Amino acid sequence: MSLLLDILSGLALLAGSLLCITGGIGLWRLPGVFCRMHAASLNDTLGTPLILLGLMLQMEPSLTTLKLVCIALFIMMTNPSATHALSRAALHGGERPLADRAAGAEDESSKR
Amino acid sequence: MLFATLIALLGAMLLILARAFAGPSVYDRVLALNMFGTKTVLLIAVGGHALGWTGYADIALLYAMLNFIGTIAVLRFFEATASDAREERT
Amino acid sequence: MLLALLLAVAFAAVRMRDLFSVVMLFSIYSLLTAALFMDLDAVDVAFTEAAVGAGVSTILMLASLRLVGRSEQARRRNPLLALSVVAVTGAALIYGLSDAPLLGDPNAPAQQHVAPYYIQNAMADTGVPNLVTAVLASYRGFDTFGETLVVFTAGLAVMLLLGSGRARDNQQYGSEDDRNIQRLVVRALIPWILVFALYVQFHGDFGAGGGFQAGVIFASAFVLFDLVHGHRVTAQVIPAHWLPRLGALGALIYGGVGLCSLFVGQPFLDYAALAQDPIAGQHLGILLVELGVGLTVFSVITAIYYAFSTREQLR
Repeated sequence: MSLLLDILSGLALLAGSLLCITGGIGLWRLPGVFCRMHAASLNDTLGTPLILLGLMLQMEPSLTTLKLVCIALFIMMTNPSATHALSRAALHGGERPLADRAAGAEDESSKR
Repeated sequence: MLFATLIALLGAMLLILARAFAGPSVYDRVLALNMFGTKTVLLIAVGGHALGWTGYADIALLYAMLNFIGTIAVLRFFEATASDAREERT
Repeated sequence: MLLALLLAVAFAAVRMRDLFSVVMLFSIYSLLTAALFMDLDAVDVAFTEAAVGAGVSTILMLASLRLVGRSEQARRRNPLLALSVVAVTGAALIYGLSDAPLLGDPNAPAQQHVAPYYIQNAMADTGVPNLVTAVLASYRGFDTFGETLVVFTAGLAVMLLLGSGRARDNQQYGSEDDRNIQRLVVRALIPWILVFALYVQFHGDFGAGGGFQAGVIFASAFVLFDLVHGHRVTAQVIPAHWLPRLGALGALIYGGVGLCSLFVGQPFLDYAALAQDPIAGQHLGILLVELGVGLTVFSVITAIYYAFSTREQLR
């Protein structure tokens, strides 16, 4: 039983850390603010509960486990909301998604 | 496995810091700051568990909250300065 | 290593001209200091530093930044006088401290007389497992009373100087519909943040926590509410004129507990006089006293936030 829990915990930690690393790589490599927001929010919002699940499987059930559940729920609720607020602010601030820019360039080249 | 997770988190944090310094627009930097905060929460949780700290879950929960409130505050600050600038011009 | 990072962040904060980046750097500075405190095994202090420095302080600085503008003005005066004053003071401090025992030295007087007494006797005297709360609220209760009064005075001063905020009627934060998702999430979360604040307040006897941290978290919940709903709605939830009264009530609770002991004939703030059993008296005293502290800290931080965020921009 404890071996099974160890394996599950290891898998959860591995999956979570892979997601976090790819999130970081995505933030660095993707072009444009809105693409980076994809990388940031999606990977963090799933990676964090996975890593916390891996931690929870490693410890005895206690108050700390409950608190880790609370952290996971909190991050799952607030991370998308923060990204939404950020994208709304960026849109109001004048940033435009790359798709808009590409469509605009295609229209111009087809007109010519 | 915990050690590998810590290495992964630190690597991700370095990449995020790189974006925070290099991001052309200010929204890149705010996004990087928000992500950095989430990684910090994870670092406190994993590091606290690995190092055997007592009470690390409280601090991680607190910082998750503060990260969210801080991001919303920064965005509200941008919006308010933009609307102040618009009021000045009219 | 943390100290090196701290030094680097402080240096960067001083040299940068863009004040917004400076505010962000200060927030990182507070976080690093909290990590340093954790490294020194001071969990309560780290908790308070993270809550105040990385949270409320950053928000207040952003609110004031909105009023004064984003870039630092060029220095006009000769910095040589200031530099010499700082150098002389720093040298004097280093000279004065050169005789002091090193951090963690087991032969220091504090480690040999004061600390062992607390470590051995606090549980027996007060019945509270968290040594920090026992020292803060019981052994050094008078000192904490002074701190609470200082916090309350600071809040009063800000309210008198800046006003306690009236909603600007021409506040339009963009289209009202856009914000509904944020409002939904925030409304679902705030009750849980308040529950966490109450947990920190009352769990301070056993783990990290206590009145100061709980007051800050309580105030942060209302700051969050204000950020997404605007000041007019928030002023209906917590009217500005309540705040000085709540702050005074907190200080009054603290002083009142002390006076109760006087009425029974024991010294001021002697909790053992509050109940039949001295340990129960200690528990009751610490509970009430932390409640007073939390109330005052909450009302002062909310008042300062109201004062800063509703101020008209200086023309």
